[in-house]
Amino acid sequence: MEFEAVIGLEVHVHMDTKTKMFCSCKIEYDAPPNTNVCPVCMALPGSLPVINKRAVEYGIRTSLALNCNINLTSIMARKHYFYPDLPKGYQISQYEKPLAEHGFVLLENKKVRIRRLHLEEDAGKNNHYENSSLVDLNRAGTPLMEIVTEPDINSSEEAKEFLEKLRAIVRYAGVSKADMEKGQLRCDVNVSLRPKGSKELGTRVEVKNVNSFKFVQKAIEYEIERQKAILLEGKSVEQETRGFDPQSGKTFVMRTKEEAEDYRYFKDPDLLPLILSEELLKNIKDNMPELPDERIERFMRDYGLSRYEASVLTNFKELGDFFQEATEYTKEYKALSNWLLNDVLGFMNENQIEEIPITPEHLAKLVELIKKDVISTKIAKEVIKDMLISKKDPDIIIEEKGLKQISNEDEIKAVVISVLEKFPQERERLKNGEEKLIGFLVGEVMKLTKGKANPKLVNKLIRECL
Amino acid sequence: MLYKESASKLLEEKVKPSEILEAFLRRKEELEPKIRAYVTDIYEKAYDSAKALDSQTPKGKLFGIPIAIKDNINIEGYTTTCSSKMLQNYVSVYDATVIRKLKQEGAIIVGKTNMDEFAMGSSTEYSAFFQTKNPWNLDFVPGGSSGGSAASVGANMVPLALGSDTGGSIRQPASFCGVIGLKPTYGRVSRYGLVAFASSLDQIGPFGRYTKDVALLLEVISGHDPKDSTSANVEVPAFSKNLKPRTELKVGIPKEFMSYKIDKEVEESFKNFVKFLEDNKATVKEISLPHIEYAIPVYYIIAPAEASSNLARFDGVRYGYRTKDFKDIFELYAKTRDEGFGPEVKRRIMLGTYVLSSGYYEAYYGKALAVKNLIKKEFLDALKDVDVIISPTSPTPPFRFGEKLNDPISMYLSDIFTVSVNLAELPAISIPSGFTKNGLPIGVQIIGRAFDEQTLLDLSYAWELNYPHYDYISNV
Repeated sequence: MEFEAVIGLEVHVHMDTKTKMFCSCKIEYDAPPNTNVCPVCMALPGSLPVINKRAVEYGIRTSLALNCNINLTSIMARKHYFYPDLPKGYQISQYEKPLAEHGFVLLENKKVRIRRLHLEEDAGKNNHYENSSLVDLNRAGTPLMEIVTEPDINSSEEAKEFLEKLRAIVRYAGVSKADMEKGQLRCDVNVSLRPKGSKELGTRVEVKNVNSFKFVQKAIEYEIERQKAILLEGKSVEQETRGFDPQSGKTFVMRTKEEAEDYRYFKDPDLLPLILSEELLKNIKDNMPELPDERIERFMRDYGLSRYEASVLTNFKELGDFFQEATEYTKEYKALSNWLLNDVLGFMNENQIEEIPITPEHLAKLVELIKKDVISTKIAKEVIKDMLISKKDPDIIIEEKGLKQISNEDEIKAVVISVLEKFPQERERLKNGEEKLIGFLVGEVMKLTKGKANPKLVNKLIRECL
Repeated sequence: MLYKESASKLLEEKVKPSEILEAFLRRKEELEPKIRAYVTDIYEKAYDSAKALDSQTPKGKLFGIPIAIKDNINIEGYTTTCSSKMLQNYVSVYDATVIRKLKQEGAIIVGKTNMDEFAMGSSTEYSAFFQTKNPWNLDFVPGGSSGGSAASVGANMVPLALGSDTGGSIRQPASFCGVIGLKPTYGRVSRYGLVAFASSLDQIGPFGRYTKDVALLLEVISGHDPKDSTSANVEVPAFSKNLKPRTELKVGIPKEFMSYKIDKEVEESFKNFVKFLEDNKATVKEISLPHIEYAIPVYYIIAPAEASSNLARFDGVRYGYRTKDFKDIFELYAKTRDEGFGPEVKRRIMLGTYVLSSGYYEAYYGKALAVKNLIKKEFLDALKDVDVIISPTSPTPPFRFGEKLNDPISMYLSDIFTVSVNLAELPAISIPSGFTKNGLPIGVQIIGRAFDEQTLLDLSYAWELNYPHYDYISNV
């Protein structure tokens, strides 16, 4: 029997605000334990939360970027459970009336619907030692958005594509750096299987807190195989919450359905309903930064790039920004994109470099040098390799290495004549119409000129001298 | 005999702060051993502070005036115990907003007062530490939960005190101790720094023996606070300056209230108050609040639900009591909370946890919220027609220790006239209306329109000019 995987994601995104969700403590990722805390985020008796307006604004921006309907009135609720890193004994979140609902994200070949986006606060951190555990509340109260998809994803590749797109969206919207390494983007994965073609949903398993794109893929793949094996044996999958062990690449049981917690949600009486004015929404809409889909369209339209090129330049925002800046120095957009995506990106991937090692101006200059026949494409390949390592201006590299293209006809003609004399047989065969020999002869000329001869001129002169 | 005077008069006459404090300190030394109003007594230190003020030019509306604070309000550097073993040694690191305001106006804090544990109770018998006695008869309870504050003012150990009122915790003890107690409109006073019991119902409010003092204290503690999202951004009138005797009012008496079982002497005292109103140009009429009979059940769903959540933070992890032996984190929680909380607190946490559980939420909490809104609407409608609504504060005079301890429902019924006011978020005042034959105080409650505390104070003022209850001094 063939199965189809049905996958939904719950993604937690740290918002890039200066201060916490309900107090004015700073958000820092490397501060010494319990230094960014106050009566509110330590839940001292008598303290009260006050909502961070900037976080609400970021939530709205993201909701707009995800094409959601925004609820003009939404409710903050308390979600109860006991854990040492949760100082109040409840997390302030949203339940019945979230900030936004019913959005979507467009992938290459599919539309993934967004069920809801709500605001909440992060918990602190428990650090475990041999005989004790210590609680660090620096992170407690960090503003979070939880973004929940409909179960519209059917493979681990799609999940990865969705997450990459989502990450690009929140980065473009300027609301989060969404760095998974720092836990700024965390993901719960819901996976179920059903016979291919069936409309009914199978029993769902939730894998909690998977913290890298690669692990999300692995967790999904493992779950699909695990559930498939169970179903093929004629047994049924248990509804449960599982964890993912990155070492073994396997998921494991955390909580069965019977052990599921009752969070006893209710409206937080310390916070008034979150009421948004049309004016505020309009203001945010009018000041929205360019979003990924908009950039893709614009790059295709204004620079004649393919959808693929535009997408890659968009998904890696820094690459797109680099491209954008380089367009101010050259109009050879297509060539610019090629050099950037093949040579520059290739070099970065190969050497695992995060930052682009050259400037947009230098890359644009290289492209212009080719355009103006100062160097050939072949020489340019050499120049860029040098640029990526030395970070030098291409003009200087060409000058230092004497790579300038030879376009002086007399100079080339002398070489052409010497080559034709050296290979009389080939000369005759070409004369008699054996066209493929032109390549061989051009190659010989290039060898002697160390690749610097203008290939068009070489071609023309060989024919003239036959 | 300075301790008999009003704070307003002491201020007017520019009596030296140390003289004022000394008078109340003496009175405290005499009576506190019998009454036991204070969990933390800082009179001596207060006296030093008063001494230091003597040489200063008076500044602030409460310059040099002693005040007692219920022990669920945070004062930096002092314990905030909530009369619970859970917080017995918990020292506050910040001032509640009301404390900041009091300090700004020059008030001198003399101590933290005893209360029912976490403000849950109506007799102060649920304090984990000791009983506070009624200043008029030591065999009787002072009421609760702000029993220590009410008793301290009732015994003239302090001219002013702060309490908190979630279902009657200021008004009922005020009535039992023969003093004035006012629960402000929800949102009038910042809750920042008040240890939460039921956040949507809690309000801090003043106790005093003179209306003018109560008006002055209310004026000082009121106002919008950016640290409390539920505090209202409305103007604070100059309550004390505006104060004028006023009885020419339309007064409503809910017929549903009068159908409850009310003690004979309480009823007589109430009728006497009604007669005073009628004799002084008030129009008194019967009104109806049909859903008021559900106030107690609604209250005992909403308040415990919020309490169960608010008290979740007392887990033994960061501060407060922690059990000695535990094998894992869950046993740490269970034993800490079992040993740290008293029986009434546990009862309410269990009630609240139950009514919020999935599957029961709609039947209990959801329904209770709907009825709360209905009750509020009925009050608001009634107050379109009348200026104030009156009732006895409590259906009985003070009761004896132990009388209701084993019957929680009868204890809950002690608040039958007060809880609906919290549900309706309205202001209400309890004023002394007389004494029983046995010399125990009785109070009446006046309920007003939202943010119209002024009318309540004006009527209270008119009444005390007619019946100067502050001239009665307790003698135990």
